[in-house]
Amino acid sequence: MRHSTRIAVGPVQFRIGSDWRAPVAALDRLYASYPRDDARPADATVRLFAARPWRRWLRPSVEIGGDFTVPDALPLPLSMGLLAAEMGMNLQVALGWRRHLLLHASAVARDGRAVIMSGESGSGKSTLAALLGEDGWRLMGDEFTLIDPAGGDALAFPRAVSLKNAAIAEVAARVDAARLGPLLAGTPKGDIRHLIPRPDAIAAMHEPARPALLLFPRFGGEAAIEPMGEGEAFVRLTEASTNYVALGEAGFAALTRLVRATPAFGISYPDSATGLALVEQLFAEAVR
Amino acid sequence: MSAIRTFVDLLAGRREAAALAPREWDGVISVARAEAMLATLAHRLEGADLPPTVAALFADQRAAAAVAQAQSLWEAEMARRALASERIEFVLLKGTAYAAAGLSCAEGRQIGDLDILVLVSDIGRAENELLEAGWEWVKSDPYDDAYYREHMHELPPLIHKARDRMIDVHHTILPRTHRVTPDPLIMMAESVETPTGFRVLSPPAMACHCAAHLLADGDLQGGLRNLWDFHRLVTDFLTDDTDFYLSLIEEASTHGLADVVKRALRLSHRLYDTPLKTYSWPLKLDYHREPSDDLFIRRLLARDDWGHATNFTLQQAFYIRSHWLRMPPLMLSRHLWTKWRKR
Repeated sequence: MRHSTRIAVGPVQFRIGSDWRAPVAALDRLYASYPRDDARPADATVRLFAARPWRRWLRPSVEIGGDFTVPDALPLPLSMGLLAAEMGMNLQVALGWRRHLLLHASAVARDGRAVIMSGESGSGKSTLAALLGEDGWRLMGDEFTLIDPAGGDALAFPRAVSLKNAAIAEVAARVDAARLGPLLAGTPKGDIRHLIPRPDAIAAMHEPARPALLLFPRFGGEAAIEPMGEGEAFVRLTEASTNYVALGEAGFAALTRLVRATPAFGISYPDSATGLALVEQLFAEAVR
Repeated sequence: MSAIRTFVDLLAGRREAAALAPREWDGVISVARAEAMLATLAHRLEGADLPPTVAALFADQRAAAAVAQAQSLWEAEMARRALASERIEFVLLKGTAYAAAGLSCAEGRQIGDLDILVLVSDIGRAENELLEAGWEWVKSDPYDDAYYREHMHELPPLIHKARDRMIDVHHTILPRTHRVTPDPLIMMAESVETPTGFRVLSPPAMACHCAAHLLADGDLQGGLRNLWDFHRLVTDFLTDDTDFYLSLIEEASTHGLADVVKRALRLSHRLYDTPLKTYSWPLKLDYHREPSDDLFIRRLLARDDWGHATNFTLQQAFYIRSHWLRMPPLMLSRHLWTKWRKR
């Protein structure tokens, strides 16, 4: 392809090719501080391409392809090329990665112990992780958390955090503007702006952390903590995993161990400050 | 050298994995993924001198393929249980058959749907039993449904509501309207039992079906994998019977597939170095290249270093060819007209 770059996030080396320069330039800027090994073969390939040759210039629209594709995925305008790249990278991991049990969950860690937060989009799991990452925690990832089937440890996938809508202003107020990507307004997922994780989070991206807490956050409503049984946590996490079925017995064993060894809670919170306080409180109780 | 050539050379053993530049792996891995053959390559290169990250990726692929294969065999077991009460005999086809029979092409092979062959006289009962056991119809379009039942070699695909897995129930191996009409009764009668108690086609029939599936049915999408199956099947069977090609050609002639099988042998020799053996007695078997073989090779290798399909015109030509073989011209025009109006 005309333009390409390579990015390593956690254990995955990506190769991203594009018909346009802009998405690759934006990625290079966002991932400039990540360790880079250009000689390492790629685990996953993403392609951003024009469906018809003239669509490269005429109302350019970016199709998302690669090793794995979704048949009816809608193309994005070139101005949202960065989002297209992000979606392409997520897709390759979600459908192709087999080394670990993949949870669609954010995670942060402190003293080698991880808090894993799973929930649907809008639950605030990304925002909570981003804010904790600015508040003395190591950000492990806002989208995927990987569970090692052999040892049960959580592994990080600290891609650039995808901040959405109201979370953008909330996080932007606390970080250096140099750590923010361009504002992508009016995408199919709302307004999006990427946050580059702190250098220590990137430097520690290969360090595993032992799960200490499973949280299922829900943004909105009164502050509340609801202990969750192993069975419910198990079922919710099977739904939050893209490769649970494909891993077969190894996936079952990894998930069973995770829910048996890790206390789980549903939490509701009316605002971020309350959410952060609940996480701190539950973590303190869990590691005591 | 293009990634797809390198990929084929690695499979055939013409090129050493250790001789690849690190960056050459990008294309090889993408191409292998696009052909649904990454786990096959991983098996082929098990123990080879690989960059550590490639070795780790390949180990993942082998482990995942083992799980997928166990799941496919379980699906075959589910079909057996569903069909047992009515004593409906069935023969496993394609990927599941290769796995059940422990053939070498099954190593790392991706298995999609469960394909089974039943006698045409049993097809109604088989459908009822499967519906009772939890499979349901996928296609809701009445034209497609009627088309399958009237003209195809299989029932409309059924999917299991709980396990989300598809089953294709065949009563012969090529569409009824195809120019070539193999005899499924002979294939069923000659079928053999695997150690696990499933029935699979006899070696010559299995290789014939594989070649027919590759060259007579469909537009050669996924052709490299089907050709790899064919290569490994005949190489396995040659080890057991050095004159396997005689029984192969005899079987193929019975079903009108001699030309198809010979072409498969020529192509698989060119890409994967399948050993060929000529005969002048008791039958004549040689491998003179046909000019059109080059088009097949080009179609099979039409992929760029990013795993993307190339040569659109050739793809289209093979797509049209597949329909041309599949039905007589008048029927084809009616079919295309109906399909076009439904767009």
